[in-house]
Amino acid sequence: MIELRDLTKRYGGVTAVDRLTLTVRPGHVTGFLGPNGAGKSTTLRLVLGLHRPTAGTALVDGQPFAGRRRGLRYAGALLDAGDVHGGRSARAHLAALARSNGIPRARVGEVLDQVGLADVARCRIGGFSLGMRQRLGIAAALLGDPPVLLFDEPFNGLDPHGVRWVRGLFRRLAAEGRTVLVSSHLMSEMEQTADHLVVIGRGELLVDESLAAFTARGRDNGATSLEEAFMDLTADRVDYPTGGRS
Amino acid sequence: MTARFRDLLAAEWIKLWSLRSTYGSMALIAVSAVLFSVRAALADHHNWPGYSAERRAAFDPIHDAFPEEGWLFVMLAAGTVGALMIAGEYASGQIRTTLVAVPDRRAVAAAKVVVLAAVMLVVGAVAAVASFGVSQAILADRGAGASIGDPDALRAVVASALLLPMCALIGFGVGALVRHTAPAIVVTTTLLLLAPLAFDITNKWTASVHNALPVPAWERLVGNPYVLPNLHVATVPGSWAVFVVWPVVAALLAAVVVHRREP
Repeated sequence: MIELRDLTKRYGGVTAVDRLTLTVRPGHVTGFLGPNGAGKSTTLRLVLGLHRPTAGTALVDGQPFAGRRRGLRYAGALLDAGDVHGGRSARAHLAALARSNGIPRARVGEVLDQVGLADVARCRIGGFSLGMRQRLGIAAALLGDPPVLLFDEPFNGLDPHGVRWVRGLFRRLAAEGRTVLVSSHLMSEMEQTADHLVVIGRGELLVDESLAAFTARGRDNGATSLEEAFMDLTADRVDYPTGGRS
Repeated sequence: MTARFRDLLAAEWIKLWSLRSTYGSMALIAVSAVLFSVRAALADHHNWPGYSAERRAAFDPIHDAFPEEGWLFVMLAAGTVGALMIAGEYASGQIRTTLVAVPDRRAVAAAKVVVLAAVMLVVGAVAAVASFGVSQAILADRGAGASIGDPDALRAVVASALLLPMCALIGFGVGALVRHTAPAIVVTTTLLLLAPLAFDITNKWTASVHNALPVPAWERLVGNPYVLPNLHVATVPGSWAVFVVWPVVAALLAAVVVHRREP
């Protein structure tokens, strides 16, 4: 479970996250949506203790994550597929992470198999495509078999097989009773992955309800698809609007 | 040491030795330390018959073990390994992955410092002993070699062994502050190799600043004859103090900035 209470983050005069209060429950895939710059990634970084909140709290299973001495058994995260040193092999990268948390070495081979990177385990990450790096990031998140998992834009760069696999993986992790939070700016992708939706815009909470409820509400307002409902909702909260309607 | 901290040391060990740049730097250290001292010793061995009695009397065999032109590469390589160990994590974004796995940032910094210092101390000891042994063996053929029991010989070997962890930790401190690989290496190199040139050693005050820099302290402890014209020559205990203060301050600074600054 992830609990945010009045979570706020300001950088200088810019408020990236604004008094966000929210509970992300286990057993569901929760889609975390918002336009570019809405504060999704900042929120995830605050949850994981990488950034310190200006005000408010973020708890992972009842405790601030930054207070854990080792993290992988409490939460796994793919924040940015690029957050790896390109000079290492996939195996060395995961072996160091596992070792830092006292996770048995055999687990590295298991997660490499699970994400389909076993054949390239000895190759340098620098030569990986974005999709392969996403898989490596997912492998790292799974290493500690954690009850809470956070994924920031995990579908970027994945081929259709990869997208389908990741979707199934998220559902399976949720069905095992884990808390799964998946951020995306692609509504269409969330439609097929999430069963609960959280939408933020300019750092503020806009929606926190089941996918079914959100869809029904959108339909009542005349939206013909989830994507359209999302566009209507966030229309006045886009930080980087493009010229005219398409 | 707790079992959990040992896990962090093992993780940093894996990370250090899974990068090609580490092997490149180690090769540079081994080659430049040994080859330059062999070259210096062979030159004196070759020229020995032509040296006058005064020149032979004034000859310092220890200088052939630790010629500055070779050990500048050693300092550069050691500083680079230290700078890359931390700046490489920030520049690539790896630090975020590391800190999600280990939210205890001070422990991450401490593990890196311990692994870096220990590896560099071993490499430094091997390089210093090999340079001394090989060069003195060559000079012994002319009856001009020093033994480790000679005055100042042990001091020179120990100072040269400690030079590597000192340079590496200074690089580490700079890398933690700068957080980008190329600028970190440039600043480290400037601090270690260029800064000593900026101070006039004929003036008492600027000479004292010069003497408090890491590389001049090493030159003093190995008894490099080029530093002897310095009228304001540093004391030996003062130079040892430089060897303690710089790396300790650098390591503490790194721990503070890793803890405080957002990755």
